[in-house]
Amino acid sequence: MRFNPAFVDGSKAVSPLLIGVVPFGLVFGVVAADSVIGAGLAYATSLVIFAGAAQLATVQLLDEGVVGVVIITTALIINSRHLMYSATLAPHFQQFPRWTRFALPYVLTDQAFAVSIVRYEDMTDPVYKRWFFTGSAVTMWSTWQLSTLAGVLVGAQLPEAWSLEFAIPLVFLALLVVTVKTRPELVAAIVGGAVAVLAAPAPYGLGLMIGALSGVAAGVAAHRVLR
Amino acid sequence: MSSALIILIIGIGTYLERLSFIGIISDREVPEWAVLPLRFVAPAVFAALVAPAVLLHDGSLVVSPSVNPRVLATLIALLVAWRTKSVVATIVAGMAAIWLLRAVF
Repeated sequence: MRFNPAFVDGSKAVSPLLIGVVPFGLVFGVVAADSVIGAGLAYATSLVIFAGAAQLATVQLLDEGVVGVVIITTALIINSRHLMYSATLAPHFQQFPRWTRFALPYVLTDQAFAVSIVRYEDMTDPVYKRWFFTGSAVTMWSTWQLSTLAGVLVGAQLPEAWSLEFAIPLVFLALLVVTVKTRPELVAAIVGGAVAVLAAPAPYGLGLMIGALSGVAAGVAAHRVLR
Repeated sequence: MSSALIILIIGIGTYLERLSFIGIISDREVPEWAVLPLRFVAPAVFAALVAPAVLLHDGSLVVSPSVNPRVLATLIALLVAWRTKSVVATIVAGMAAIWLLRAVF
């Protein structure tokens, strides 16, 4: 079997980013399998949601017994960054066959977006663009499925003394550091974190959402003031 | 609401967020009022996930390394994350730090 060369290019381009994805997937699987929803539903989130940070937050909130509406809203706020990716990719995807414009967004991730948008600056051929995105996105999808599945299977068997649950905030910490590049973003992070701590006792598990929205508002304000 | 239903709704919602602008035929851009707030979603959400998980011990703020070694371990991991920008290095540093601190205190 031979792969389309553009597919292979996309697959190769996303590979270095997978070094961070595999441990994240393993950690998610281990923690999720150990949660109240159990191994089956824990893995189902990889197929149905396919977005690591949102999956992790969803499992954590389900485990805390938070109200459904709050969990859904929180997860969709975390995933709202995909609106930006979708808008940025839309002009390129307009040239793709109609059915692929509906199929490919399912595999749209931070990683596939990042490598594709960089490559699209040098490439004009829509066929190449489509296969490059498909290659990067499908490689990312397969890696996530396998690593979360492995984590779920190993999950319940690891000793509690290893404090593996501490790996969750560590993953988010690493993601946080990468996303803070400007001072307004730093303000958004500090306010978001501080308010989330203060709002932790809020009912229905609203603390995370209150913290996140406060951080976004503070970031916007800081951007206006510091400009 | 059952866990399965919640997961299904999040899945459909996430797909629609990904489809959004790609699904619209005209190449419309993100409305101006939404561009700026969306930039701050990632840092704000990630910080809101990290801070309570690290700083709160049984619901109250505890920074003492003997009671809550996560704070000191997180600071070490933060330094590594900031210098390396690597998820793996951050996890390794943080986990090593928490094991060491638990052994010492």
